[in-house]
Amino acid sequence: MTAVRRATAYLVLTAAALVFIYPFVLSLATSLKPRDEVAAHPVLPWPLSPSSRAWEDILIHSDFPLWTLNSVLVTVFATLLRLFLDSLAGYALARLNWRGRGSVFALVLAILAVPPIVLTVPRFLVLKEMSLLNSYAGLVLPLAVDAVGIFIMTQFFQGLPRELEEAARIDGANIFQTYWKVVLPLARPGLLTLAILSFQGTWNEFLLPLIVVRASPSHWTLPFGLSTLGRGGAGGQTYDYPVMLAGSMLTILPVAIIFLILQRFFVRGIAAGAVKG
Amino acid sequence: MVDTTQLPGTAETAAVPGPAGRRRRNRTSRIHGRQGLAGWLFVMPALLGLGTFLLLPILLALWVSFRDWSGLAPLDTSTPAGLDNYRDLLVKSGIVQSDFAKSLRNNLYYVLGVVPVQTALAFFLAVVVNAKLLKGKTFFRTAFYFPSVTSSIAVAFIFVFLFSPTGVVNVLLSALLPGSVETVWLNEPDGVFHVVLGWLGVDTPPGLLADHRFMGLSYWDWLSGPSLALLTIMALATWTTIGTFMLMFLAGLQNIPEDLDEAALIDGASPRQRFFRITVPLMRPTLFLVLTLGIIGTWQVFDQIYAMTSGGPQKATLTPAYLIYRDGFENSAMGRAAAIAFIVFAIILVFTGIQRFVLRGRTE
Repeated sequence: MTAVRRATAYLVLTAAALVFIYPFVLSLATSLKPRDEVAAHPVLPWPLSPSSRAWEDILIHSDFPLWTLNSVLVTVFATLLRLFLDSLAGYALARLNWRGRGSVFALVLAILAVPPIVLTVPRFLVLKEMSLLNSYAGLVLPLAVDAVGIFIMTQFFQGLPRELEEAARIDGANIFQTYWKVVLPLARPGLLTLAILSFQGTWNEFLLPLIVVRASPSHWTLPFGLSTLGRGGAGGQTYDYPVMLAGSMLTILPVAIIFLILQRFFVRGIAAGAVKG
Repeated sequence: MVDTTQLPGTAETAAVPGPAGRRRRNRTSRIHGRQGLAGWLFVMPALLGLGTFLLLPILLALWVSFRDWSGLAPLDTSTPAGLDNYRDLLVKSGIVQSDFAKSLRNNLYYVLGVVPVQTALAFFLAVVVNAKLLKGKTFFRTAFYFPSVTSSIAVAFIFVFLFSPTGVVNVLLSALLPGSVETVWLNEPDGVFHVVLGWLGVDTPPGLLADHRFMGLSYWDWLSGPSLALLTIMALATWTTIGTFMLMFLAGLQNIPEDLDEAALIDGASPRQRFFRITVPLMRPTLFLVLTLGIIGTWQVFDQIYAMTSGGPQKATLTPAYLIYRDGFENSAMGRAAAIAFIVFAIILVFTGIQRFVLRGRTE
C-alpha cells in the first residue's frame, strides 16, 4: 500500500468515525448546557457554562429512576430465563438423540424467519387473553425464549468436544447432571454471547412495553418512558433538548459500558446473526 | 448441523410418543430411550414459550384479521368480517385505503433509499478497514458499530436534535450554502421529486398523472419521492445500521483465502481487477445476507417514526408498521391492524424473493 493510499484510508476512516461518534459527544455536552446555550452554540461539543439542571430533572424530579429499575428487572429476568431455556433446548438439539429432533429444529429455523412487526397484534392478543397486560410478567415472558438464542446455543454445543460428557455419563451422571455440571461450564463463551445479545435486545426493546404497559406508568421501562418526552413535538422549538438528551444518554450508558468492555462478544453475536441468515 | 430432513411432520405429531410396540429401534440402546425422553423434556419449556408467544398468537391474529374487533372488549365479542379488513385496505376507496397507500409509498421510498446506501457504505467501510498494514482497526470498528447497539428511541432523539431548526445540520448547511438554512426537517411533508419539479416550474401535475389512481392515490402522488421528514429518518436508519453490516462484510472479507489474491497478483491483475473479479464475486453470499436483512428491517420501521413524527407531517412518514400501531392500539381497529401485519409479511416475502431472483440471475 502506497503512502498516499494509506493516508487516504486514514482520512476516510477518521471522517467516518467523526460522523458516528460526534453526535453522541455533542448530545452528552448538550445535556450539560443551559437551554439558552443550546440554541446559541448548538455545535460545540462541550458546555461553556456547565449546568446539571437537566440531569437533576431526570434523576430527581422525574420517574426515570423507576423506569431504570423496571428496565433492570425486566432485562435481568428475561436474560436469565433465556440463557437457561435456550441452552437447555440447544443442548437437546445438538447432542441428544430423540425422535422429532429434526422437526423441532426445522420449527426453530422457521420461527427465525418471522418478522417481529407481525407479532405486534398477536402478542397483545395472547397477553390480553392471559390477563398479563400491565404486568412485569407480560414484559418478561414473551422475551424469555427466542429462536435466535436456541440456534446460537445449538451451534455452540455442536462445536464442543464430546469426551467430557461421555466420561461423565460413564461415571453415572444423568443427562441433566451432565448438562448442568459438565456442559454448561464449558459453554461459558457461548452463554456470554447470548447473554449480551439478550441484554442489549431487552434493554432497548420498545415495541413490547408500548403494547403491554402503555396504560400503566408504574411499569414503564426506560426506552418507553424516554419516548414520552418527545411525543407530538415534530421537530419544533418547544423540546427541552438538555432533558431529552440527558434521558437518552442515561438509556444508552449501560449498553455503552458493557459494549466497551465485552466488545468481542458483541462481534461474535453478529457473526452468529450472520450465520442465521 | 442437525439433519432437518430425517423426520418429516410437525412438532405436534412427533410429540406424541408411539405405542410401546413401535419402539423396536430402542431395543438396541437403552441410552437412546432415555435420551428420547430427556430430549423432549429439555426442549419442552422453550417450545411452550415459542408456542405461547409466537406460533399460537400468529394463528390467532390471522383469525382476527378476518374479524371486526376493537381490541378493548373480550375477543369473543368480535364479529366475523370476512375479507372486509383486507378489502378496506386494498380495494375500497376511502381514507383507510389512501392512508395505507401513502404508508406503502413512503416505505417503498424508504426501502429503495436506505437498503442500497447502507449496503454500499457498509461494504466500502469494511474494505477500507480491512486494508493491510492499517493501525487502529479496532478503534474504527468500535466507532462504526457503536450506534447499532444503542436504544432506537435514544438515537432518534439525538437525530431530532441534530436536525432541529437551529441544529447542527442546519448550521453546517448554512456554512456551505449561500444564505442561512432554517429548515424544520421533520416538519417538511412535500415529496422531494415534487419540490424539484416545482423549482423547474412544474407546479400543477400533468393531467395524465393526476387523473389516474392506484389504491386511491394519484400517480402524481405515488411519484412524489420521499419528504424531507422521511429523508431525515432514512438518514438515521442508515447511520444506525451501517456498523452491523460492516461487521458482516468484514467477517466475509476475512474469509477470503489470501493465496487467491496473491495468485491474481502474480498473474498481473491490477488492484481494480482483483477487487471486482475476486473480492466482489466471493462476497456474494454476504451481500445476499446483508440485502435480505436490510429489506426485512426497513419494511418494519416503527420506533423512529413513533418517537420522531408519529407518521406526520401530513402523513408523510406514515409506514405500514406505524399504521398497525395506530389502527390497532389508538383507533381500536385491531382486525384491520392484524390484516396490515399479514400484508407486510407478504410484501417482505415478495421483496426478498425478488432480491433472491435478481442476485441468482447474475451468478448464472
